[in-house]
Amino acid sequence: MIKIEKRNDVPMALYFFTPFIAIVLTILGGGIIFYILGFNPIEALKFYFITPISNLYGFSELLLKATPLCLIAIGLSFCFKSNNWNIGAEGQLTFGAIVGGGVALLFYNQEGFYILPLVIIAGAIGGMFFAIIPAILKTYFNTNEILVSLMLVYVSKLLLDYLVVGPWSNPEGFNFPETRQFSDSSRMPLLFEGLRIHAGIFLALGAVMLSWFILYKTYLGFQIKVSGLSLKTAKYAGFKGKTMILVVFMISGACAGLAGVGEITGPIGQLHRMISPDYGFTAIIVAFLGRLNPFGIIFASLVVALTYLGAETAQIFLQIPKYTGQVFQGMILFFLLASDYLLFFKVKILNLKKNELRH
Amino acid sequence: MSLDISFIGILIGSIMASSVPLILAASGELITERSGVLNLGVEGMMIIGAISGFALMVITDNLFIAIVGSMLSGVIISLIFGFLTQSLLTNHVATGLALTIFGIGLSAMLGKNFVGIPGKEFPILFSSLRESIPFFGPILFGHSIVLYFAFALPFLTNYFLKKTKLGLVVRAVGDSPVSASNQGINVILVRYCCILYGGAMCGLAGAYLSLIYTPQWIENMTAGRGWIALALVVFATWSPIKVLIGALIFGGITILQLHMQAIGFRIPVQFLSALPYLMTIIVLVVISRDSRKIKLNTPTSLGRIFYREK
Repeated sequence: MIKIEKRNDVPMALYFFTPFIAIVLTILGGGIIFYILGFNPIEALKFYFITPISNLYGFSELLLKATPLCLIAIGLSFCFKSNNWNIGAEGQLTFGAIVGGGVALLFYNQEGFYILPLVIIAGAIGGMFFAIIPAILKTYFNTNEILVSLMLVYVSKLLLDYLVVGPWSNPEGFNFPETRQFSDSSRMPLLFEGLRIHAGIFLALGAVMLSWFILYKTYLGFQIKVSGLSLKTAKYAGFKGKTMILVVFMISGACAGLAGVGEITGPIGQLHRMISPDYGFTAIIVAFLGRLNPFGIIFASLVVALTYLGAETAQIFLQIPKYTGQVFQGMILFFLLASDYLLFFKVKILNLKKNELRH
Repeated sequence: MSLDISFIGILIGSIMASSVPLILAASGELITERSGVLNLGVEGMMIIGAISGFALMVITDNLFIAIVGSMLSGVIISLIFGFLTQSLLTNHVATGLALTIFGIGLSAMLGKNFVGIPGKEFPILFSSLRESIPFFGPILFGHSIVLYFAFALPFLTNYFLKKTKLGLVVRAVGDSPVSASNQGINVILVRYCCILYGGAMCGLAGAYLSLIYTPQWIENMTAGRGWIALALVVFATWSPIKVLIGALIFGGITILQLHMQAIGFRIPVQFLSALPYLMTIIVLVVISRDSRKIKLNTPTSLGRIFYREK
């Protein structure tokens, strides 16, 4: 017999433990899918989760992919904590990259220490501007932020497409849909010779520290948390809801814009159509898997980055489309949400022997 | 002049065809939302419907099985969403997002061996009438049966919600789950049914794309239509007939944009392609400004978790 009881309060240890349950279940689920598709599940999972990080280069690639995921998820944690559903980070990333990339292109034939900081700031402002649109529409016109932020993703991607084939395309580029290469002064410094990991990782780590400080040590952080728990309480406490909504969207957009700039000034070095493999959407999973906690998000971004790398490795060795990464990402979120049930309900397995005695 | 008129007829016909997946998916989602459930997985369910329909067509060479199978696959994948949100009480927004991400990935995985296979011609009805009547022919005739179904669906949905007892039950569950439950209605069961129905319609919408509209399998071929369908439901303020009108407007923009490109209209392609998304935002702003208007049909408990101690 199984009996289900509602818990009175959420046990904190379990709250941070269930993400691990979700990861284990995802790996098991992935094994089953590989088995159904006719692969040896153990071998396929090895290609997926171990081969990619079995050398130094792979580890650098893991950090490279985790950087934008971590940055965006940190930003999103502000929105999600305060019950604002910004799901358009991909658009904010793209717009940040457009603005930052535009500045980098202005200086394409110049060198100077001031260029990279300008590009980074421009990117953050671009992302912030793009995120403030759904925030303003939500606060002043009561418009659903989920749909607006999402629609803007498509708008920004089309704008990028227009720019790289049209006005910003490389004049010496034989009509390829890409801009000029940025000058070296607009590029993130590489951390190690021969590896792609770049200084952008410090932006991510900085965001982690700063967000921890804001969320746990400031009045704004307190407002955000209270609004997330109960809007009524927040209003009763006299918090200015509108300002807070604008602020969390701006933080979130700035982080996504930074992630975009990190990509184009880091591994890419120019603007083209494919600047992000949906980092903005995947970061939503990272934010949840990290429990909206700055340090949890670091861990989650590494796990999810591994699904990207694994998908690429699996594509090379097993010839399966790299979209399998999304299957794993979707499963992680499914299992994570499902295991949350354990947080709110106690599942008791009643002793069968007592029942047997009655017979 | 007669050429112009027949051209307009063909244009309207193609607008209707392009609005079909939007009507189907949005009508399905409308019922789901009316029962108080917000399923953001429309895009994921559509793409799963598209690949399963196409794969079944290739394997069985039977279009009927393909269509029914696509709806069933939509039901199966929406069952994941139903189980999580209704039985395990998970957050609707996050679960729906996971469903979309999962669906896109899974469809690419399943569709690996179906890329590049040519589709099969889908039978169209009254094709002779299409040619013989000048203006109305291409509008009214020569379409697939799915298109006729799609255009009847909003009216059927409207009738169902307003005139039938079951429709009343769905609305009651969406507006006030607690009172519905007190009346002896099994809220969770009703919501499960509405979620599965939405899944079936999204599956059919996907199959329309891969079997009829552009008969082939392309990775990610739904291309954001699921999200537009979601926006359409809000656009229509949860009224089925307005879903039809909205879908035609969006279909119209898509088709006009293609024609304007063909004529060599001097607006960049990308700006025209962005129009449907910008339109959605503008319309959302206009209808949301008036909070009374939007509240009139909005299911009061939309997206909220219902739990009752047993």
